Amino acid sequence: MKFSKFLMTSFAAIGLSISANAADLRVGLKSEPSSIDPHYHNLGPNNGFATHIFGTLVGSDENQQHYPDLAVSWKPINDTTWEFKLRKGVKWHDGSAFSADDVMFTVERAQNVPNSPSSFVTYLKGKTFKKIDSHTIHVVTAKPYPLMPNDLSTVKIISATAGNGASTEDYNSGKATVGTGPYKFVEWVPGDRIVLERNASYHGTKAAFDKVTFKPIKAGPARISALLAGDVDFIDNVPPLDVARLKTEKNVQLSSGPSNRVIYLHMDQFRENSPHITAKDGSPIKNPLMDVRVRKAISLSINRDAIVSRVMEGIAVKAGQLLPAGFHGVSENMKPDPYDTKMAKKLMAEAGYPDGFKMTIHGPNDRYINDAKIAEALAQMLNRVGIDASVETMPKAVYFKRASRGGPNKSPEFSFMLLGWGAGSGEASSPLKALLHTYDKSKGMGAANRGRHTDAKVDALVQKALATVDADARGKLLAEATEKAVGENYGVIPMHYQVNTWAAKKGYSYLPRTDERTIVTGLSKN
Amino acid sequence: MTAFILRRSLQSIVVLFIMSLIVFVGVNLVGDPVDMLINPEADQAEIDRVIRDLGLDRPVSEQYWYFVLNAFQGDLGRSFIFGEPALKLIVQRMPATMELALVSLLMAVVFGIPLGIYAGLKPTSRISKTIMAGSILGFSMPTFWVGIILIMFFSVHLGWLPSTGRGDVDTFFGVTSSVFTLDGLSHIFLPAFNLALFKLSSVIRLARAGTREVILQDYIKFARAKGLAESRVVRIHLLKNIMIPVITIIGLEFGSLIAFSTVTETVFAWPGMGKLIIDSIYNLDRPVVVAYLMIIVVIFVMLNLIVDILYSVLDPRVRIKGVS
Repeated sequence: MKFSKFLMTSFAAIGLSISANAADLRVGLKSEPSSIDPHYHNLGPNNGFATHIFGTLVGSDENQQHYPDLAVSWKPINDTTWEFKLRKGVKWHDGSAFSADDVMFTVERAQNVPNSPSSFVTYLKGKTFKKIDSHTIHVVTAKPYPLMPNDLSTVKIISATAGNGASTEDYNSGKATVGTGPYKFVEWVPGDRIVLERNASYHGTKAAFDKVTFKPIKAGPARISALLAGDVDFIDNVPPLDVARLKTEKNVQLSSGPSNRVIYLHMDQFRENSPHITAKDGSPIKNPLMDVRVRKAISLSINRDAIVSRVMEGIAVKAGQLLPAGFHGVSENMKPDPYDTKMAKKLMAEAGYPDGFKMTIHGPNDRYINDAKIAEALAQMLNRVGIDASVETMPKAVYFKRASRGGPNKSPEFSFMLLGWGAGSGEASSPLKALLHTYDKSKGMGAANRGRHTDAKVDALVQKALATVDADARGKLLAEATEKAVGENYGVIPMHYQVNTWAAKKGYSYLPRTDERTIVTGLSKN
Repeated sequence: MTAFILRRSLQSIVVLFIMSLIVFVGVNLVGDPVDMLINPEADQAEIDRVIRDLGLDRPVSEQYWYFVLNAFQGDLGRSFIFGEPALKLIVQRMPATMELALVSLLMAVVFGIPLGIYAGLKPTSRISKTIMAGSILGFSMPTFWVGIILIMFFSVHLGWLPSTGRGDVDTFFGVTSSVFTLDGLSHIFLPAFNLALFKLSSVIRLARAGTREVILQDYIKFARAKGLAESRVVRIHLLKNIMIPVITIIGLEFGSLIAFSTVTETVFAWPGMGKLIIDSIYNLDRPVVVAYLMIIVVIFVMLNLIVDILYSVLDPRVRIKGVS
């Protein structure tokens, strides 16, 4: 008796919650930010979320193209100095006025957040900021530095008054969370919800929703059922397996677009005896991956169409270089390699491996979309050209340490690795610098070059591009470097670009972002 | 009694110490948190800085030594990911998990004992057979799957109950909980039921087995021969005697409800400590994992103590002695 009464009242309560304000939005997020402090943790979910509350000098749109946000213009005034003209009349959420002092305060604080597990030093080091007047900033570097707008598009500007002496906890509680963005911070209950409200005095296009509630829902099926049940209006990271089914739901609107993340293969090119490669009978052999013909043969033996259509359910784009078309510095001449086992076998024979060899493919199983399945499919394909490939996948928590420095003397442990790279800067310089430039600790180059590919010509091109301020000239250099490092050297083998999918209830559509972020200003009623 | 509790507490400290050593060494064997924390675009210098800042460049023995020193001052370390004290993060999420565990325990007892006794009293009836078949299902179906099915049916298909999150909370007598609001109750029903299902099944089976055994005892026959009403026989003579195993299981299971509510919390996005620990394990947030397991050990030790004390209350034959 009492139980049925309880049920009745529960239903009544739900009836009430459905009739909530139509201008409110509830979002189901896969990854919750680890902090509201925009400078505490330089990582995707945090940086994406902070965009709602805080502005940057240079904005980055859904295709990672720059637009004026808190700076109205930026240009190099000489070889080593960039000038940023700040927007006038911008108000902080607390009503005070934005000026160059806030920028000066920000660049100091962003590099000195205690306990930061990943800091913005990456984007701010080597730069001297000078306040010229209340709305002009000069940034000086030792050498010409073209990526200034890209770097400054990552650093959220905070209020010097509200942020004075504020700790990360003060941002999490909202005490210091004063921004210039389209939404104001209301509250964060970790693990449960983050609530934002509309900033009526935003300097750009005003926010479409009065109140936005973000709910972290980690499990994919749970996120989808929350959308179907009407408990949230919008979700990110729809698993490819569910896309086909959601397409048949008439109350759901899907949005998907390619990301800046390429899934690629790294191959050991620095050890004569690679630990996970042997002859077919198990006896040691000279590392075949040192030979460019073998690397090319591997690329030709990958049926990228099959991976896209079968493994990825059609939700991916096959890749021939490091970034999809449309990004700065991609080559117009490069196409994905064809699937040609005959040619692959011929190259293997020429390289002296007519009977193939034995190798282990290592990959993560919880990092990229369908990563373990991709590795399995890849092994099958390599078997067809005589490479006896087995697969070992593991959780990312274990994988990345071993892939980066699991071997002797902190060298990469694996011989053949499945990995992904998202170009945070939206430019080909990002993967070229990290994956294909020679590993050089003192220069900070090749930090993620786990195959230790090395080519003096590629290094020279990348370094020259990184010192060329003229955008067109830099783009050409980057394209040339990609053609050399990927097209000729097969330093890495690109497989496909990840495509991300968002789902909203009918009547809303999301502008898919290449940086994989979920920012509700991209959600519009249609 | 006091001596008993004192001795138990001393034992607990030893257990806690051994546990901390095993857990600490264990989590330090797996992976490297730096790779989980750092932006992939960071260069080698920044990676080295983070390794240094987190103290990961030190040998495990040294890290453990500092952990123990700080633990004596009530500091179980700082979360790598959130930068806040691990203990604070866990305590923050504890009420949500506690209320979920309590509600599901209540469900298990309130439904489980009557159903079990019924099945024990009338073992051949069709209803009893249905109950027992149901309990086998409750045992064997995976929690994750049942959770998704519950959501699909009650939230998506029927639209009766919310599918995710914790509802509004309210405070009564200093306790803040979502069970004091209608919205909160509607949110807790599905996850609590999901979590209760396994325990419900074990309570049914225990109650049934106990009933089958006790019902044949002489004192039941005697009570009946005295002409006592059947309801009184069941309530007083039977119930009291089947409660010992049931209480043991409930006590221990309550600990496991708290410790292993992770799956249910993940499916229903319940903001409790189970979800925190799962995320922390995936992201190698070592201080949180260690602190969580320490807290769970304390909870288990305390529950065992309470169970032992309850024994002596229920069964006068069990006497707690100061010396063994």
